[in-house]
Amino acid sequence: MMHKKTVAEISRSLKAGEFSSVEITRHLLSRIDSLDKNLNSFITVTADLALAAAAAADKRIASGDAGPLTGVPIAHKDIFCTDGVRTSCGSRMLDNFVSPYDATVVARLKAAGMVMLGKTNMDEFAMGSSNETSFYGPVRNPWDLNTVPGGSSGGSAAAVAARLAPVATGTDTGGSIRQPAALAGITGVKPTYGRVSRYGMIAFASSLDQAGTLTQNAEDAALVLEAMSGFDKHDSTSSPAAVPAYHGSLNESLEGLRVGVPQEFLDEGLDPLNRAAVEAALDVYRSLGATIHAVSMPSLALSVPTYYVVAPAEASSNLSRFDGVRFGYRCENPVDLVDMYKRSRGEGFGEEVKRRIMTGTYVLSAGYYDAYYLKAQKVRELIAEDFTRVFKEVDVLMGPTTPEPAFELGSKTADPITMYLNDIYTIGVNLAGLPGVSIPCGFVNDLPVGLQLIGSHFSEAKLLNVAHRYQQETDWHQRLPGSDYE
Amino acid sequence: MSLTKREVENVAHLARLEITEGEIERVVENLSSIINFVDQLRGADTGDVLPMAHPLDMSQRLRTDEVSESDQRERFQANASAVEAGLYLVPKVIE
Repeated sequence: MMHKKTVAEISRSLKAGEFSSVEITRHLLSRIDSLDKNLNSFITVTADLALAAAAAADKRIASGDAGPLTGVPIAHKDIFCTDGVRTSCGSRMLDNFVSPYDATVVARLKAAGMVMLGKTNMDEFAMGSSNETSFYGPVRNPWDLNTVPGGSSGGSAAAVAARLAPVATGTDTGGSIRQPAALAGITGVKPTYGRVSRYGMIAFASSLDQAGTLTQNAEDAALVLEAMSGFDKHDSTSSPAAVPAYHGSLNESLEGLRVGVPQEFLDEGLDPLNRAAVEAALDVYRSLGATIHAVSMPSLALSVPTYYVVAPAEASSNLSRFDGVRFGYRCENPVDLVDMYKRSRGEGFGEEVKRRIMTGTYVLSAGYYDAYYLKAQKVRELIAEDFTRVFKEVDVLMGPTTPEPAFELGSKTADPITMYLNDIYTIGVNLAGLPGVSIPCGFVNDLPVGLQLIGSHFSEAKLLNVAHRYQQETDWHQRLPGSDYE
Repeated sequence: MSLTKREVENVAHLARLEITEGEIERVVENLSSIINFVDQLRGADTGDVLPMAHPLDMSQRLRTDEVSESDQRERFQANASAVEAGLYLVPKVIE
């Protein structure tokens, strides 16, 4: 069936005339219509726009003017601004916001001829690890509807896992692409900070946010990432470094690859079955010629508390733009300006977003700045130095993406710290600005778990190569979540 | 360390967030537990480590000072709750 095809396969079928972009777009829209009632992975479905874009793509293909992504459907996380389409960021605050422009990521993929199916559900302002903070309700994991798909790119992960879209965009500030990819049994890529433009991507924590992909496999990630990446004058932290042809190096040999395994990732919080799946994956890499080395990164132990100072501080500043004046929710009948600000923000933001703004405001406030914010920035430097040091000894780091497989809805919402600790293995990568990938590496209690790959700055080509070679040896990434999704 | 209700109300005012009477108890409890959690940073030996503000070692790019964007006021104001004659309306600030 068309929906099971990867981006690369769809691309070949479109070129060969096996089906048209309109046909696969119509097919996926009808799957969304029937299957997404249970999953809630989309906030907005843009059926008319999709069919028009697909028809235009078919013309391009017929005229011989098509690139590898022309006519391939995609879903965008609702954090990316889309011209003329509601961009909610999962929040009541932006429920009525129709973006007047496209994010650079959206514009580039549109120019490549990709067909947007709609906007995917997410934790409000990307703040969450379970997709339960969305104003539009939680997303359910297609592998078990009682469990979460992870977050914050939970809608994107569930949509790709359920084969409602062959690829979806996501953003990753502390694990928001890799963690849901692991929990949904798909491939998630968080590129190096600065690799992909942040222009038009609604800001959460500007020194950590990075856009990436959720796909079935590494080959598809290479294709889409190549089209998304590169310098953008609209993003002041966009890197001028040239974008390599990721697709060209996927098959390189892994003979002699030095793999480091941070011992801090194999702690008592890691589910023993999850650990066994990671160790089995390391054996596959041994068989491909890699050598495995235990490494120690002691400062990583402080990555979660460091993140929960830095990220909320940046969020409290970024989210001050939501004042009820120029865009977004405004309360009824404000008596004065301060009342308008306070009630618009109090009513427009959900509980977790308010919690982060409060935390950020506290750690930046007079008398606490040095003790919390400045201290966290220093520890952040120590964490980054740990990575720099180990990358002198090894080519890539490997470990679990999460401590455990998908958890039940509601099971971690009572205590925010319990939820925060789910990102314990992913957060260090964001603090250091490194690229990270999660690929499916097995199952724990019938639920998928992920292997995390971490590389040095701008080593996406190597990471995709390392991920792809594993996926040539294993079929975890081809498993489907039950007969409903066949 | 537990934050007081008054401290939390002050932070909420600084952040321009209304917190209702019904919410305040839970907010005090949550914020206290988060601050206690991040307090473990105090034990880290950071000696003369320089604070890291940004993951990449890059300098701020400059551009020539010329107009690059077109005027799209009406499109942008279509998202505002209250506008009049090209201006954003807010509650009266000056009597």
